[in-house]
Amino acid sequence: MHELSVSSAVLESVLRHAAGRQVSGVKLRVGHLRQVVPDSLDFYWGIVTRETVCEGSVLEQESVPGRLACTPCGREWEIDMPIFRCPTCGGSEVAVAAGDELEVESIEVEEEPACTA
Amino acid sequence: MHRVKVRVVEDALDANNTIARANRDDFDRAGVYVVNLMSAPGAGKTTLLERVLGPLEGVRAAVLEGDVQGSLDADRLASLHVPVVQLNTGNGFGGECHLDANMVRSALPSLPLEDIDLLIIENVGNLVCPAEFRVGEDTRIMVSSVAEGEDKPLKYPLMFRACELVVINKLDLLPHVDFDMDKYMHHLDSVHPDVERLQVSARTGEGVDAVREWLQRAAAREGAVA
Repeated sequence: MHELSVSSAVLESVLRHAAGRQVSGVKLRVGHLRQVVPDSLDFYWGIVTRETVCEGSVLEQESVPGRLACTPCGREWEIDMPIFRCPTCGGSEVAVAAGDELEVESIEVEEEPACTA
Repeated sequence: MHRVKVRVVEDALDANNTIARANRDDFDRAGVYVVNLMSAPGAGKTTLLERVLGPLEGVRAAVLEGDVQGSLDADRLASLHVPVVQLNTGNGFGGECHLDANMVRSALPSLPLEDIDLLIIENVGNLVCPAEFRVGEDTRIMVSSVAEGEDKPLKYPLMFRACELVVINKLDLLPHVDFDMDKYMHHLDSVHPDVERLQVSARTGEGVDAVREWLQRAAAREGAVA
């Protein structure tokens, strides 16, 4: 439901790195804990990129599973439901080891061949 | 033309976070404690502020009111004799559903930062997007009303994990709604273990003193630092 906001933020980042060059592809790492619906993000990507150098570009989303780590007992586990308690010791001092990414990993841009003369 | 891959590795919210830090620096320099107040639409943020801000002794407060459109909330708060600045998000894609750091930055010149101790930023009512966008606040408070149901922490973990205080509002409705407080607390503790929580009815005033004291303590800490 926040995919429009997320796609706008991604676009802003990509436009900065594209520096005016035409963009054909964007690789994005999306953590499970960000609650992003891939199809919805894809849909909004098509809308927010209109009339920008990203228009028509392919948004490739790599989904990163959520992993929590218990600070006191050291257990690390994958989560599906948002339960932030250690299943081993019941402790609440847990850190997110993975799954909160919203990271533009790379972009593919069109460039003039460098002059070799 | 040929295609070139450019490595970026950047959090998509970096640009927003950079502006949020600049806002925070400005707030800190002025010694202003800033609260980002978030909730679903209709959870009672404005009513709570009406109750809390009137008799907030010893703390000079102001409100930055974020709405997609109009100034209904700002008009309500104007009678409290605290400065209220309206920020409309309506010129986005049909109106942005949240405040971001840049919108708040644009409102800074209208805020009397040197004359206040506490700034409440009342975010646009939405349980999802505001959790993603920091605006330069010291703390985030969310209002969660019993009318919304006890399952909300599990459905909106981003929001419930983003805040430091959960104000559970509309206690006066408890006899009329199917809301199991024990279950709600269990869900809340699963999603954000041990997060501070206060139970209130902004309508009747029950429990509101505790929210006021929470804000007074927080603002006093900022004053001690500044």
